[in-house]
Amino acid sequence: MTFAHARRRTFTRALLATGALAAAMLCSTAHADALASIQKAGVVQVAIPQDFPPFGSLGTDLTLQGYDIDMARLVAQELGVKVELVAVTSTNRVPFLTTGKAHLVISSLGKNAERAKVIDFTQAYAPFPKSVYGPKEMAIKAPADLAGKTIGVTRGSTEDLALTKVAPASATIKRYEDNNATAQSYLTGQVQLVTLGNIVANAVNERTKLRQMDAKFAVEDTPCYIGVAKGEAALLQKLDAIIAKAKADGRLNAMSQRWMKMPLPASL
Amino acid sequence: MAYEFQFGPVFEYGDLLLRGAGFTLGLTAAGALLGGAIGVAGGVCRAWRIAPLHWLFKVYVEVIRGTPFLVQLMFVFFGLPSLGLHINEWQASLLTTVVNLGAYTTEIVRAGIQETPKGQLEASQALGMGRWAMFRHVVLRPALRKVWPALSSQIVIVMLGTSVVSQIAAEDLTFAANFIQSRNFRAFETYLVVTAMYFALALLLRHVLNWIGRRWVVARRAPPATAPRPAMEGAA
Repeated sequence: MTFAHARRRTFTRALLATGALAAAMLCSTAHADALASIQKAGVVQVAIPQDFPPFGSLGTDLTLQGYDIDMARLVAQELGVKVELVAVTSTNRVPFLTTGKAHLVISSLGKNAERAKVIDFTQAYAPFPKSVYGPKEMAIKAPADLAGKTIGVTRGSTEDLALTKVAPASATIKRYEDNNATAQSYLTGQVQLVTLGNIVANAVNERTKLRQMDAKFAVEDTPCYIGVAKGEAALLQKLDAIIAKAKADGRLNAMSQRWMKMPLPASL
Repeated sequence: MAYEFQFGPVFEYGDLLLRGAGFTLGLTAAGALLGGAIGVAGGVCRAWRIAPLHWLFKVYVEVIRGTPFLVQLMFVFFGLPSLGLHINEWQASLLTTVVNLGAYTTEIVRAGIQETPKGQLEASQALGMGRWAMFRHVVLRPALRKVWPALSSQIVIVMLGTSVVSQIAAEDLTFAANFIQSRNFRAFETYLVVTAMYFALALLLRHVLNWIGRRWVVARRAPPATAPRPAMEGAA
């Protein structure tokens, strides 16, 4: 064995050792019990949206308000800690979680396979529905009631696909270029009903009193989940219990009524 | 990068495409007939300065020719219901097409009528022709003969322009294209097929208009002109 060779081996060992140490440190951070550390610190950091009504936005008094804000407060209350709201955007909400800048993401986060690789999801806590809307006096409760009716929808949207699937053959679907034209078609009475994302419909309802849109039933729902760092079994379990409790005692339903202007869907 | 063409997913919607093409053609035909009628009436009023219609048609022509077809369509479909006038998407499409084409045709026909030499009118009076016969044979037919190519072009332009009625959910050929491409995401193939269909429709329309022109408008040929023709007035 030459001298140079030995030195190289020592160097390699040192490198490996450093690597192992770093890995161990990373693992220990990742495996620390987040629930325990939240309770110890007495504060939970929650990533929330600040420009995405009705989930989270600044009110006229410049305070954050919305479904996600209420949910963050509810979770903190149930955990018995204070809440620290961390404003995020839709693109950086997952990185905030993976880099430890927030304990939870409550930010209208949908579940998909790509995200499930890097974070864990609780049960669904919020609906993100697309519904059929119409005049209050029109009794529409299920797709079958659409028979013989004219319904406006935005062409090629996910609600178009969902509506096309469930609408009876005698229903006439009018497909407009964009959400604006779809809403307009209802407001001007060109169609009897419309299918829109609830967020869009609520925004329209807030801005005009021409013809109120009353939610009839959801044609599609891609609900929102709370995002948690991977491997936090205790925290995940606790959050699921909180969501289940809030569903059972009607608090989620009240939030849905307040922000989405519709009851919490039974499918949630 | 080689693109793999798949026309199958487009032709699955063959009946939608055919119905769309039928809507486009029907809209154009009805629009051309009614718009043409407005154009003749307007052209006469403008050329002969029949008050007060002369002024009304002037305002009408200026307003319609100075605003986009799409805006006119939106106004009719989304604006008029606020006044309590509810019309559905095909009625709105037809109304807008007629009103739009009527304005352009008014100008085209006016140019044709103004070109009729005064001497021809005096000659027909000297021959003891009735007012209606004079209008038909001495004014309208020669006028239409002169402007028929311009009129045909305008009708083809309007046919292509009707593609915007898809914006108000009227199910024309463009609607069919947008619908199909939102379902199968085969945008290239879909628009390729629809482009070819529009082109075929335009060719067909041009041939039909040429035939109508030869058969009904230019049927009785004018004797070869010996004197130089007067200069055209206005844009044709």
